[in-house]
Amino acid sequence: MTAQSAPAIELSGISKRFGPVQANRDVSLSVAAGSIHGIVGENGAGKSTLMSILYGFYEADSGEVAIGGRPRRIRSPADAIAAGIGMVHQHFMLVETLSVVENVVLGAEGGAWLSGGVSRARAELARLAQDYGLAIDPDAIVGELSVGFQQRVEILKALYRGAQILILDEPTAVLTPPEADQLFSLLRALRDQGKTVILITHKLREIMEVTDRVSVMRRGEMVAHLATSETSPPELAEAMVGRRVLLQVEKAPRPRGAKVLEAIGLDLVDARGVALLSGVNLTLHAGEIVGIAGVAGNGQSELIEVLAGLSHPSRGVVRLGGQILSSADRNPACLRKLGVMHIPEDRHRTGLVTAFPAAENSILGYQDDPALGPGPFLSPSTIAARARETFAAYDVRPPDPELKTAKFSGGNQQKIVLAREIERAPKVLLVGQPTRGVDIGAIEFIHRRLIALRDAGVAILLVSVELEEVMALSDRILAMCGGRITGERMAEAADERDLGLLMAGVTEEAA
Amino acid sequence: MSAAPIDLPRWADTALVPLVSVAAALVIAGLVVLGIGESPLEATALLLRGALGSAEGISFTLYYTTNFIFTGLAVAVAFHAGLFNIGGEGQATIAGIFAALACLWLAPLPGVLLVPLAVLAAAGGGALYGLIPGWLQATRGSHVVITTIMFNFLAATLTVYLLVEVIGKPGSMQPETAEFASHAILTPMHRLLAPLGVKLPATPLNSAFLLALAALVAVWALIFRSRLGYAIRTVGANPGAAAYAGISPARITMVAMAISGALAGGLAVNEVMGVQHRLLLDFTAGYGFVGIAVALMGRGHPVGVALAALLFGVLYQGGAELSFDKPAITRDMVVVIGGVIILFAGALDGLFRRVVASLLRIGRGD
Ligand SMILES: Nc1ncnc2c1ncn2[C@@H]1O[C@H](COP(=O)(O)OP(=O)(O)OP(=O)(O)O)[C@@H](O)[C@H]1O
Ligand SMILES: [Mg+2]
Repeated sequence: MTAQSAPAIELSGISKRFGPVQANRDVSLSVAAGSIHGIVGENGAGKSTLMSILYGFYEADSGEVAIGGRPRRIRSPADAIAAGIGMVHQHFMLVETLSVVENVVLGAEGGAWLSGGVSRARAELARLAQDYGLAIDPDAIVGELSVGFQQRVEILKALYRGAQILILDEPTAVLTPPEADQLFSLLRALRDQGKTVILITHKLREIMEVTDRVSVMRRGEMVAHLATSETSPPELAEAMVGRRVLLQVEKAPRPRGAKVLEAIGLDLVDARGVALLSGVNLTLHAGEIVGIAGVAGNGQSELIEVLAGLSHPSRGVVRLGGQILSSADRNPACLRKLGVMHIPEDRHRTGLVTAFPAAENSILGYQDDPALGPGPFLSPSTIAARARETFAAYDVRPPDPELKTAKFSGGNQQKIVLAREIERAPKVLLVGQPTRGVDIGAIEFIHRRLIALRDAGVAILLVSVELEEVMALSDRILAMCGGRITGERMAEAADERDLGLLMAGVTEEAA
Repeated sequence: MSAAPIDLPRWADTALVPLVSVAAALVIAGLVVLGIGESPLEATALLLRGALGSAEGISFTLYYTTNFIFTGLAVAVAFHAGLFNIGGEGQATIAGIFAALACLWLAPLPGVLLVPLAVLAAAGGGALYGLIPGWLQATRGSHVVITTIMFNFLAATLTVYLLVEVIGKPGSMQPETAEFASHAILTPMHRLLAPLGVKLPATPLNSAFLLALAALVAVWALIFRSRLGYAIRTVGANPGAAAYAGISPARITMVAMAISGALAGGLAVNEVMGVQHRLLLDFTAGYGFVGIAVALMGRGHPVGVALAALLFGVLYQGGAELSFDKPAITRDMVVVIGGVIILFAGALDGLFRRVVASLLRIGRGD
């Protein structure tokens, strides 16, 4: 078995250029078979590009790929699958209306009649479930599954096609912490069965937890290959960014100011009559960050949407600066004029139009601002000039407002959204998942911006699945469970266990 | 597995891919011509000479082009809002009724007032008839593809009824209105240019052509330079982002369909006010449907729409001449050529993107 000793993947001298951007420069990487190999690097460092080359989405300008010691030419995802490579994309490629087993056989039906492929897949799924503890109902409709289970379907798809090597690009960005833990035990099980895993993530904690080795990319180049046991988060951070990074948030105490926004008795019911919010009371003061702690899906997103005017509560009032907002005022356009800005939690579905050039996204929501052009017209030169300025201030890379937004890396897309909302001098800032998919250098930067806004007197409501982030940034923390506020703590007095109980719905009185 | 994304430089995407598809369509058409025992080269030469070889040919070509610009722009505007407006025919038909009523009823007015009013009436009629499906989609979720097709039939039937029962020429068996007064029509191009010393033969080409050129510029400014256009494109590309931005997708759906319908009304302006000088049955003659191909080929951009409209203008005029000279090549065959182009430029676009992408790669030497 010589293949055992050969590295599962050997990349040498890979280069790839997109117009002016050198996304990969002479990159080499060796991944041992039967290991979990982490790749870290700043936003735009070229991680996804490298994996897209390995998976045949892009062709490298130069360089070689060897799989299991054999040189391979991978020109399409079909070639990659044939070479035993599977990929789990950050944005799932599933047909939501089909069942799990139908999604798994899709494209690998093996014959004109569906039934043969489906029953083979069913047997195979049962085997995989046993081998790896990957239990899933094969007949569940994918669209009705939680994000964590949808990800499992992606993994099952790859395994069903015989993947020996599994690439996961930021798999945990969309997962809750318990879901992430489950994913990691699955990855370990896969490794123990001899599969090879490449894991891209921005969370150094995860690198330390599951990987055997880790490679660091910076500005298109590989700058370090390290054994995980011999490195530490600060060392990795420094290798990624090229300078020391503050992994802790620095925040001076600040007396809070006047009440800015007050929500009283908010109820929200969906079309099926399910209560999403019940009796939510909330007060935001100037110069204060209020964090919401809660397991994803407990009403945090809905609360932000109601406050941002995207959905209408069935009961309750919202006061802004003492005035009750009429239902006519409760739409995003009016609220923005009143100084309520919103950084949405899903930049692809709501925060950006990825088909637009970046400059056009830098005015999304402000398209009626008279400063952007005469009368009914928009002035492209004004918009581009302003975008160029803010892109420089927020270190958006590349700082090119004409580039299509989809071509920016995830973290840089997030910076475009942040820059747009923060630059508009908000009174109230509603923030959902501000650092999802963002590198540690940028996290530090975003956290500093949010603290600076708070110091300048902005009232900030923060929702994040990262409890750590909520605890580090907030002055006051509200716990949510099942659409209700289950408790309130000043940040100094909060601890993880206590919050965990509140998030689980163990209310004040009961505790 | 999904195919790898095909990224082409802008110039290749907007110019090279359509050119390659047209070339491929012409090769197929050439084979068909060869198949019936005629020379493709000779046919091409005849077609081009017929369309572009004389002042008369060019005038006819531009007259057809006028129709295609209006209907192409109509489809393009709706397309930017993510809507597939197949109702150009119906919208133009209603526009024709409005224009005819204006021309007949407002005849006492002087021409300088009457003609602009009638043009506005046409645009208004088209807009209204586009607005209704837009409103149905925005409020009831009825898909515009379905409703606009049905509205085409309704408009055609309504015209028959009106022409036979209500506004038909008294005492005539023909389903058509009386001819408009001579000051209620658009000036033919040969008369418009005569004072400038330009002598053109008398053709259907009229001042609606200038209106079409203005519409190209106006649509460009609307879509790519105005706040409303920004809102339209946002709704078309990502309705979720539009709602977040405070843009109402429902409102934009209605506005875009109204604008689309108004543009389709340009077809009525050209045909009813510029050529026929009366309302008659079926004056839309399928131009509304060809507008879909024009918009697809033109990538929804006014420059592309202008070029595609010109191409179809050449095909229509050249094809008419060709079938006159070569009876073996019937007018229907020319329609087939147009159909093949539509197929290649619209439906098989991805095919040629792939070819072009690999050619470019070979060109770069890797
Ligand atoms: N199709 C493309 N066209 C042009 N530029 C691109 C394209 N894809 C990626 N890039 C650029 O290449 C660089 C590397 O991008 P890549 O997506 O590989 O980064 P990344 O390391 O995955 O970042 P992130 O952590 O933010 O996901 C970026 O500057 C990006 O803007
Ligand atoms: Mg990436």
